[in-house]
Amino acid sequence: MICMFSWYSYRMGEELEAEKHVNYILSVEKKKNDFESVVMEHIRINGAYWGLTTLDLLGKIGAVDSKDVVSWVLECQHESGGFGGNIGHDPHILYTLSAVQILALFDKINVLDIDKVSNYIVGLQNEDGSFSGDVWGEVDTRFSYIAICSLALLHRLDKINVEKAVKYVVSCKNLDGGFGCTPGAESHAGQIFCCVAALAITGSLHQIDKDLLGWWLCERQDKSGGLNGRPEKLPDVCYSWWVLSSLIMIDRVHWIDKEKLVKYILDCQDKEKGGISDRPNDAVDVFHTYFGVAGMFSFSFKAKSVSHMQQLDFLSSFF
Amino acid sequence: MHGRPRKPPTPEEEKANDIKASKLRALQSQFLQFHHDQIYTKEALEVCAKLVESNPEYIPAWNYRKLAVERIVSQLESDSESDPDAIKAIFREELKVVHFFDQIRKWYILVDFVYIVLLLSGPVWLTERALAKNYKSYGAWYHRKWVLRKGHSSIDRELELLKLFLEQDTRNFHAWNYRRRVLQLRVIITSFHAEIVLFGLSFFFFFSFRFVAPLKNRSDEEELHFTTDMINGNFSNYSAWHNRSVLLSHLLENKVEGYFPKEKVLTEENDLVHQALFTDPYDQSGWFYHLWLLNQMVKIETPLLVYTWPPPGSNLKVSVDGCLDDSLPLSSITSFHLKTGQIPVVLYFSEAVEGVNSSTITLESSLHDTNTELIWSPLSTNNSGRAQAWVTHLSFPEEKFHFSQANPIKVTIGHSEGIKSISGFTLSHPTYFEFIVYLQTTAPHHADLQSLDMITWGDENFHTYEVHPKESSQIKLSDPLKSCDDYGLMAYRWNAETITNEISLFRELLSVTDCKIGKLTLARLLTALDAMISYDKTLESKEVVHFEEVLELYSDLMKLDPPHSQFYKDEHSVVLLQQLTSNPESLLRHCYNYRDPSPSRNICLRLCNLSLSRIGSVEQLLWIQMLDLSHNQLRSVDGLEAMQLLSCLNLSNNKIGNFSALEPLKQLQSLRALNISYNEIGAHSVDTRRYLCSSPLSHTAGSDWNFGEFAIDGIDFTNYWEAFSIFKDLKLTQLEIIGNVVAEEKIKLFLVKVMPALRWLDGVELQ
Repeated sequence: MICMFSWYSYRMGEELEAEKHVNYILSVEKKKNDFESVVMEHIRINGAYWGLTTLDLLGKIGAVDSKDVVSWVLECQHESGGFGGNIGHDPHILYTLSAVQILALFDKINVLDIDKVSNYIVGLQNEDGSFSGDVWGEVDTRFSYIAICSLALLHRLDKINVEKAVKYVVSCKNLDGGFGCTPGAESHAGQIFCCVAALAITGSLHQIDKDLLGWWLCERQDKSGGLNGRPEKLPDVCYSWWVLSSLIMIDRVHWIDKEKLVKYILDCQDKEKGGISDRPNDAVDVFHTYFGVAGMFSFSFKAKSVSHMQQLDFLSSFF
Repeated sequence: MHGRPRKPPTPEEEKANDIKASKLRALQSQFLQFHHDQIYTKEALEVCAKLVESNPEYIPAWNYRKLAVERIVSQLESDSESDPDAIKAIFREELKVVHFFDQIRKWYILVDFVYIVLLLSGPVWLTERALAKNYKSYGAWYHRKWVLRKGHSSIDRELELLKLFLEQDTRNFHAWNYRRRVLQLRVIITSFHAEIVLFGLSFFFFFSFRFVAPLKNRSDEEELHFTTDMINGNFSNYSAWHNRSVLLSHLLENKVEGYFPKEKVLTEENDLVHQALFTDPYDQSGWFYHLWLLNQMVKIETPLLVYTWPPPGSNLKVSVDGCLDDSLPLSSITSFHLKTGQIPVVLYFSEAVEGVNSSTITLESSLHDTNTELIWSPLSTNNSGRAQAWVTHLSFPEEKFHFSQANPIKVTIGHSEGIKSISGFTLSHPTYFEFIVYLQTTAPHHADLQSLDMITWGDENFHTYEVHPKESSQIKLSDPLKSCDDYGLMAYRWNAETITNEISLFRELLSVTDCKIGKLTLARLLTALDAMISYDKTLESKEVVHFEEVLELYSDLMKLDPPHSQFYKDEHSVVLLQQLTSNPESLLRHCYNYRDPSPSRNICLRLCNLSLSRIGSVEQLLWIQMLDLSHNQLRSVDGLEAMQLLSCLNLSNNKIGNFSALEPLKQLQSLRALNISYNEIGAHSVDTRRYLCSSPLSHTAGSDWNFGEFAIDGIDFTNYWEAFSIFKDLKLTQLEIIGNVVAEEKIKLFLVKVMPALRWLDGVELQ
């Protein structure tokens, strides 16, 4: 897969330092006692998903022992069916999606008690169609996407009220065409990804004014070539994924300059030690490495097959 | 890590980090122990406080604090002898804890325990120091909401704090969301009190509406003033502009006193946003708000029927079993070959609607068998049951043929509640139209061209179309059916005048700056004005159209802002097509006769080499049966689904990237010859059309398809899933697919199997 970048490399004299990024990801996994790792302890399962998917995209998923990963993931499961961010942590829908995605990555969904996990998610749907993140009741369209995506991966989408779920997401649509986390909340590229993806999975993209949203999204690209998440904000590599994938889903990705964006992502690489940062010359982390690599692949990723399940994997594998 | 410079740590830093890491690790494991053992002692709470201070994203710690508060408060409540002030005492006690942690600066630590006491004693110094920090933790903000919901907090004080906070961190969307939540709570609490005081609880449901609505309006008005202050403080506050659009649309929608008529409010808003735009035209914030204002002026709330096929008042000449006969003095534009034994009737609305069916549409005809109920189908590529264009097919029982006799057909769309737009508005203007059908049979030797011969798209086959005076009047039949009432007309005129003023204002701005969004806005304003003028048939300025100027603006923008050039190109294409179809003369310049130079047969609309990247104005082209769009830059064919008469389509030499882009063609039951040669099908790895298809992702379509019946040894047909989903529904007799990456021998074998009626593939006659 790495050879797919040759075209860009040729055009710009720059390359995705794939091997170094792989080494960086593997090194982070080993440094459990670093301050960064300790701070991330409570979202370790999200970090694992970002890192593992990066390795998968770069064709090096074989470098990790899938048995170890799968058994660790299962240890993060709470008796409620949901997953915690680490062993012994409280369950939350945010961690549950990562757990499902990691298992999907290794084609090990079947090790789960699928009904137990899906019942946990189903139990978080509220009367108005929205989803809470956990028992404490925070509501956000991020959780709508997570619920829909997880259940789709688990083949249990029929267990929730999809119509109401869609209605709630649509109620968060703004007059600029974008979406916020609750009704009336400001549009934000990350939130837009969640809402557009939730509508895409449920076959409801006709609810979107594609030209209005598409223009708002394409204007996220500033002179540096990078993308920001809201008007008059600084560009950041993670938005290369949120904005780009949203534009792809509404068929407006040609409205931005791909080459400039690729150059921006490549400029954010740590060419010595591997890893990608939010902006050039900032400190790298797994999150941005993943979104940078995912952004690159969304230009050149070769969808292998077209069966429904695989289409779904393609979409969901990038959260 | 967001915003942290990349540099290797010095040995000192590394050492410090190690110490920090081991401290944090110890804190985290200590905390988790307390959490698991459900220990809520003072010591445990201190550990938790320290933890959220150093890592506010640590969700288990917030959960723990909620459990602790619930536990302690419920203990106090269940103890009947306890002092009613004991709950407050808990918070007071906590204040000491926070004082003890003198280093605590961040706001979130104050949230639950200190919060109430803070409000009572008001140590503003502490909050101000806290507010100065940039603050983004979801967990902490939610914690604050959770505390607020418990109802022990002063909402006014909370709003004061938020005001201070938003002055420091003007774009913090957590704070804005929290503010909206606080205001909602205030409305609920205030209305609840009002009801109890005046009527008692039994009237709650009845009166809640009466009280909530005015309170909500007042609250929205106050909040609108808050956004004005924030905007005046800094024009670049997109968050404030956004909030303003939410509040104002609510006030306008409810016609709140002072916000009606809408036009007056919009004028004031225009003035406000102009200040921002003229202060810094390169700042995006105000422009998005301006676009929203413009849409408010342009948008027609209720859906309208705007075009139909057959056109109102048209004479339709239909041949039943052969080709069109030239003997009748009728235009080719409304001649129609009835090969399938059916006539399509197409209704084209101003926006996507639902609820078009035989109960909302009445059709009277002596020809049509009234016993069979007409089925109306939405012409769209999604499953929403909504579409801008709808079709039904009239079929005629043979015994009712009255050849060469006028058969009038009346279509009535009454005041129907059933036809609704996506925003819930119903079709308001009753519409009625009539057309006349002449049926005829012709000799078999006249059978239509496409069924006998292969279509070839070379220039040599096309002859300039001699415009007959009658023809152009026929085309004109497809003038919009729009109409307005008096208020609507007044509003249109007002809007048209406002837009005219806006145009001169932005022309002025552009004379001193080269701002791209300014140019785009001018183009949008000119387009809006042209559209308005076309609605209002009484306006005399109808001759003034701005197509040339708009096209020039988009061409400029492509050069000025290359990263977004494809966006401008798409807009350019749409305007170009509007221009081409805006009058019969310009449209007929693109019409040609195919092969037979006789003026009444086989007209082909040729829109080749126009650099089109997008299709538009299809509503003007519903009568077209043969369309050549080759040598453009089309990526999608959205819109063509409405052209129900289309039987020959040339899309060769475009930029179609995958089969799913052809999804709209599945709706064209009359399509026989399709040329998609020399496109980019198969050349792009990412299919940007897939998610828009009617059967994306989790949908079940396709699960019942049996690929086995198309099996050919050694070919994996699952690779052709998309091709199958498109072509299985088409009844093509001719296809050109050469010149695409995907067009290898295997897929050709597959396509021949999928489409048994296919006679020509890539110019070769099939056996």
